[in-house]
Amino acid sequence: MNSLAPSSRLRRRINVFRYAAPSAFYAPAGMIARWCALVAIPFALLGLYLGFIVAPTDATQGEVYRILFIHVPAAWLSMLIYLVMAVWAAMGFILNTRLSGMMATALAPTGAMFTLLALVTGSIWGKPTWGTWWVWDARLTSELILLFLYLGLMGLHNAIEDPRRADRAAGLLALVGSVNLPVIYFSVRWWNTLHQGSSIRMDQAPSMAMTMVAAMLALLVACWLYAIAVTLIRLRCIIIEREGNTEWARRITGAES
Amino acid sequence: MNRVDRGALEFDEPIDESMVEVSLLAAPAAVLSRDLGVAWRHRSDLMTALSFFAVVVLLFPLASGADKKLLQALAPGVLWVAALLAHVLAAQRTFADDARDGTLEQWIISPQPLAMLTAARIVAQWLTSSLPLVLIAPVLVLPFGLSFDATIVLCISLLIGTPAMVAIGITAAALTLRLRQGAALLALLVLPLEVPVLVFGAGAVDAVASGMPATAHLSLLAAFSLLTFPGAALASAAALRISHA
Repeated sequence: MNSLAPSSRLRRRINVFRYAAPSAFYAPAGMIARWCALVAIPFALLGLYLGFIVAPTDATQGEVYRILFIHVPAAWLSMLIYLVMAVWAAMGFILNTRLSGMMATALAPTGAMFTLLALVTGSIWGKPTWGTWWVWDARLTSELILLFLYLGLMGLHNAIEDPRRADRAAGLLALVGSVNLPVIYFSVRWWNTLHQGSSIRMDQAPSMAMTMVAAMLALLVACWLYAIAVTLIRLRCIIIEREGNTEWARRITGAES
Repeated sequence: MNRVDRGALEFDEPIDESMVEVSLLAAPAAVLSRDLGVAWRHRSDLMTALSFFAVVVLLFPLASGADKKLLQALAPGVLWVAALLAHVLAAQRTFADDARDGTLEQWIISPQPLAMLTAARIVAQWLTSSLPLVLIAPVLVLPFGLSFDATIVLCISLLIGTPAMVAIGITAAALTLRLRQGAALLALLVLPLEVPVLVFGAGAVDAVASGMPATAHLSLLAAFSLLTFPGAALASAAALRISHA
């Protein structure tokens, strides 16, 4: 009896599941978003300063390589966000919480944005470096397919009127996509190696200078925090959109406007 | 036993084990035979689908010139993309009629596992719309001047790969059931997911054309189909439940 007491007290103090209710998570989401955005700004400035001013010119690629400071974090996050989205979708199925579906929905546009950013910056980098805007490289192709997966997910969500149903359907699609994504990646990689051999590799660059690593890490942190902030802000919009009729939401919107 | 409620009475009756075992397979079998019957009565639909496939395939030489080398190189890709498009078209109709006349509601409220029924639907769809495509593929390849070996491998790859295409198409069809712009959305959902089929399928033919064995591609294609079939049966069952919630 006695030994149970502290753990139950602890559980009462930090009950994570309390925040599964949109009404409970609305305020913390705003706070986290604000802090993430605030911290992201100095990291972004630091990363850009290091990347564009401090980091030396690359011996082989010249100045062009500097776009990679944005390209690499974008590509990284584009894949990470899909994974996180699939996890939220799975949580939505397992726990049947409304917030999980909203979270997955809020993540999708940011993921699509980073995917597009990675593709565009990659192209801009590829033109002077490889001499072409586009190569059917395995990574490029799977990134392109990832973009279509994001677009399909958002399209499916938009097409379904009932938001709960839309969440479930999009969640199912996200799960199917996450199961299929490794297969797609390996098939594309194999296809590429069979067809044109190892012509251009993106991981060919020699070991980077310390400043370059630091710049990339700073921008990665900045992008990460930006993604969290934007997602949570979008989540708050979704919550207000869907729960706008409830009393707590009216109180908040009335107080804020 | 003096109960009034007949429903409760029937529920309490001991279940005949053999009956349960039969009905678990009987329901999918009924779906299968009904689907085949419906497809047979709508034979003209099959002709339309086959014509679509043939036209898409045969338009490529017109658009890309009659260079023999080029056509030989194009053939596997063209056949596979045309088959993919034909499958997208077929998938759009998969559940449309059943949703309209209430069959799907019966599926969902029936005590049978829904995934068994969707699995039967995948098999039926493959028999009625994919198998004919595979059968006319060797004829359609003739204008491309593909070698005999490559043609054989192309047909085998289509035979092995089309189940995965049907399965993915049915999952997307269940997800986009009764939606605005469901058709366009279905294509957007299906095409990225079918990249592995395309890569392994067309890759097998390319491998043979360049003098390499195609077994690796075909094995991977078969593995993908085998994994996709049960996965899609479960996923499309879940999707049907979502769209009827």
